[in-house]
Amino acid sequence: MNEPRWVRIAPCDSIPPREGRAVTLAGREIAIFNLGDDRFLATDNQCPHKGGPLCEGIVSGHAVVCPLHAWKIDLETGSVQRPPRVETCIHTYPTRVEDGVVVIGLPVSPAARKAEGQAA
Amino acid sequence: MKRLVVVGNGMAGMACVEQILTYAPQFQMTVFGDETHVNYNRIMLSSVLAGERGADDIVLNPIEWYQRHDITLRLGVRIVDVDPVNKTVTGNDGSVTPYDTLLLATGSSAWMPPIDGLDKDGVFAFRTLDDTRELIDRSGPGTRAVVVGGGLLGLEAARGLQVQGCHVTVVHLMPTLMERQLDPDAGTYLMAKMEELGIRVLLGRTTVAVLGNGHAEGVALSDDSTLEADLVVVAAGIRPNVALAHKAGLTVNRGIVVNDQMETSDPDVFAVGECVEHRGICYGLVAPLFEQGKVLAATITGHKGAAYTGTVPAAKLKIMGVDVFSAGDWSEQNTEPIRYEDRALGVYKKLTVRDGKLAGVILVGDTSESHRYMEWLRAGTDLTCQRRQLLFPGPAGDVGLDAAEMPETATVCGCLGVTKGAIIHAIHDRGINTLSQLKECTRASTGCGSCTSLCQDLLRAVAPEFEEEVKKVICACVPFAEDKLRDILRSQRLRSVQDVLEIYGNGVGCEVCKPALSYMLDMLWCGDHDEDRSARFINDRVHANIQKDGTFSVVPRIRGGVTSPDELRRIADVADKYKVPMVKITGSQRIDLLGVKKEDLPKIWADLGMPSGQAYTKGVRMVKTCVGTDFCRFGTQDSTSAGVEMERRFEQLYTPHKVKMAAVGCPRNCAEATVKDIGLVGQEGGWQVVVGGAAGKSVRKADLLTTVETTEAALEAAELFFQYYRENANYLERTYDFVERLGIEKVRKDTVYAPEVVRQALLDRLRKSKARASDAWLEGQAPRHPTQFIPLQPIETVSA
Repeated sequence: MNEPRWVRIAPCDSIPPREGRAVTLAGREIAIFNLGDDRFLATDNQCPHKGGPLCEGIVSGHAVVCPLHAWKIDLETGSVQRPPRVETCIHTYPTRVEDGVVVIGLPVSPAARKAEGQAA
Repeated sequence: MKRLVVVGNGMAGMACVEQILTYAPQFQMTVFGDETHVNYNRIMLSSVLAGERGADDIVLNPIEWYQRHDITLRLGVRIVDVDPVNKTVTGNDGSVTPYDTLLLATGSSAWMPPIDGLDKDGVFAFRTLDDTRELIDRSGPGTRAVVVGGGLLGLEAARGLQVQGCHVTVVHLMPTLMERQLDPDAGTYLMAKMEELGIRVLLGRTTVAVLGNGHAEGVALSDDSTLEADLVVVAAGIRPNVALAHKAGLTVNRGIVVNDQMETSDPDVFAVGECVEHRGICYGLVAPLFEQGKVLAATITGHKGAAYTGTVPAAKLKIMGVDVFSAGDWSEQNTEPIRYEDRALGVYKKLTVRDGKLAGVILVGDTSESHRYMEWLRAGTDLTCQRRQLLFPGPAGDVGLDAAEMPETATVCGCLGVTKGAIIHAIHDRGINTLSQLKECTRASTGCGSCTSLCQDLLRAVAPEFEEEVKKVICACVPFAEDKLRDILRSQRLRSVQDVLEIYGNGVGCEVCKPALSYMLDMLWCGDHDEDRSARFINDRVHANIQKDGTFSVVPRIRGGVTSPDELRRIADVADKYKVPMVKITGSQRIDLLGVKKEDLPKIWADLGMPSGQAYTKGVRMVKTCVGTDFCRFGTQDSTSAGVEMERRFEQLYTPHKVKMAAVGCPRNCAEATVKDIGLVGQEGGWQVVVGGAAGKSVRKADLLTTVETTEAALEAAELFFQYYRENANYLERTYDFVERLGIEKVRKDTVYAPEVVRQALLDRLRKSKARASDAWLEGQAPRHPTQFIPLQPIETVSA
């Protein structure tokens, strides 16, 4: 897999502990979560169920609960924890913190993105 | 088969017939009742009068029961003659019915003291369902009622009439109330309670005449004073009905004389209930009827040997919020009295002990231990070792403890004489799992109902599949039941959700427990807690209702549904300016702006210049009103002002689930107050405050909490219920489930009929919370967090 393109997003304190915020990058709406334990995780903002805004959900450990119909998404893997036996995954993005700023990694080329989209 | 004729279709007669039916059939039965109703629970008439039960709710034997047992039922026929030689009875319809065995269960009648003018219209006894219905018809707000007699029945009648809206005065001959059951001190406590309810009590006075021209207009008293009265209820005592017994040639003193086998002086005539005299005593209580009925059933079916040896007299006043219990010999002659009293709480307890055993008991203000004392009385338990714990039994950690400690022979249901052993056998033998099955099978708790919780404890302990409301833990993250959790938070002084999760939970929490804990902390600390927005649902983070497409809806507060041209213009301007896709009138008399982007919320709130309508939260939603006396030609109360004021008092507060309210100016109920969580229903001269209604997923008619005269009193009753619900309901439990779970009797007892100190404490906590609450939309100007309403703006941008 290609090295992603790292993009500086916002100071860590712009996302309160155990909350999420949305950011639009390269036409994608991405949700970034502050897990409250110095970790930040990023996923696509749309719930795989009905497209609910995951950034508005309640964070439960390293999962988030969609505010629309309470689907529970694992933020580390993008997999659906509830309801059970849903195979869909949402896209996750690598993250790191540099100088107090949240940085996330975007897939490099449109081609790569397309390939991943098909895989999902 | 022998012909058994039963004269009297009341509780004693039918209880006895029920017992006879447990033996092999040997009678063809005919029952005569002079009332036109099937057998009903006469001791519950006062709760029918008080509106707590309907007439149908107190039926003990429905018509199908008579049919099922092949009993010929003749209702509305009074037996006027008995011919013991030819063995026939004659009805007032001229019918002559032969018998082989006759059972007199003629009960007793209200004793009418020598008062002039008792024949006037508006004078009642309070003895039958028909009396009760007539009293309900005749009473209402503004009606003046005088109750002659301050005994058990008189006081219950007084309270019932008052609930119906009457101004009630009780006139009592003796210097204290209920002097046959209570000592003077207890009577004084009771008097204070009655007056606190708003019932006037005049002691030491005789009623000499009913005044008025044809119908009652007042009463004259022995001190030459007069009272105005539209209704006069005479509850001066009862007299056994013995006229037929005389005609049958039986030995009669005050009542029909019976021996321990319940035999009269005629081997073919039996008698049971209030009309009999056993060992010199005529009982006017329910428990002896059942005990006598059992013995009589054995004797009459040839199973002679059972003996009735008398009943420990016990009486319980059935007035919600006025707990009074008395049993045995509580006089202080030759006994050692033990006393406890607390004037502030209105609690008075007295036990009398003779030879180390309980002789009598009086309880006012707290009757929770009455079963324990009754059992000691019945069993003659030696109390020498527990002498120090008589008034204060050790704390029962487990509710089932009382039930477990009881011996099998102990009586659980004092009214119907059902023992613990009988209940346990019924549960095992008949596979009983629910309280209603238990009632059906054993009749336990169908009398005064005070043993219901004990029956439930037994079911819980013994029934294999008892269907109880399980005390569910809130969720796996914090594995405690909510009431337990409230105790923990309070006692451990925890003020943040994260602290609770870390100390008592898994440190993580979820979307179930976090909002619940948030609510509990807000409620417990009256708003003085560390609010954690991350623990709350998105709606409570941005004070708007999230929609299916991630946009939000905005509902400004329009108290009572009353708005102005200026507000409407601003709403319209906002809708235009922000291109709001839909403007909708809601079912709650509010206006909803739908499809708003999160980042527009603060600007819209500022432009509206109106407070949040909280249509997005588990909190006070709204008060719906009708136009009341302002414009409506039918209005009897100013429901609009009352509704607006109620909304002001409750708005901005959070609740276990949403709270929807309404105030209507007359019983036409145009704003549907009877299906709201709290409703004020105006009527001539006052308000009914109703609670626990619903017209959503569930539909439920609200229960009557109380009837009051003034708007302020109605609002205070609503406040008491509101805070009680906030403090005691489980999170996400609507009032209709809450009221149903607790029962309206308990809710009333803990709110409007609670002692003054308890009521005041509820109101104080409510006002403290209110003082700390503020309009959530002010956050539009001063956000809690810089990115509360806006998406992140990336430092670096990338092109697609």
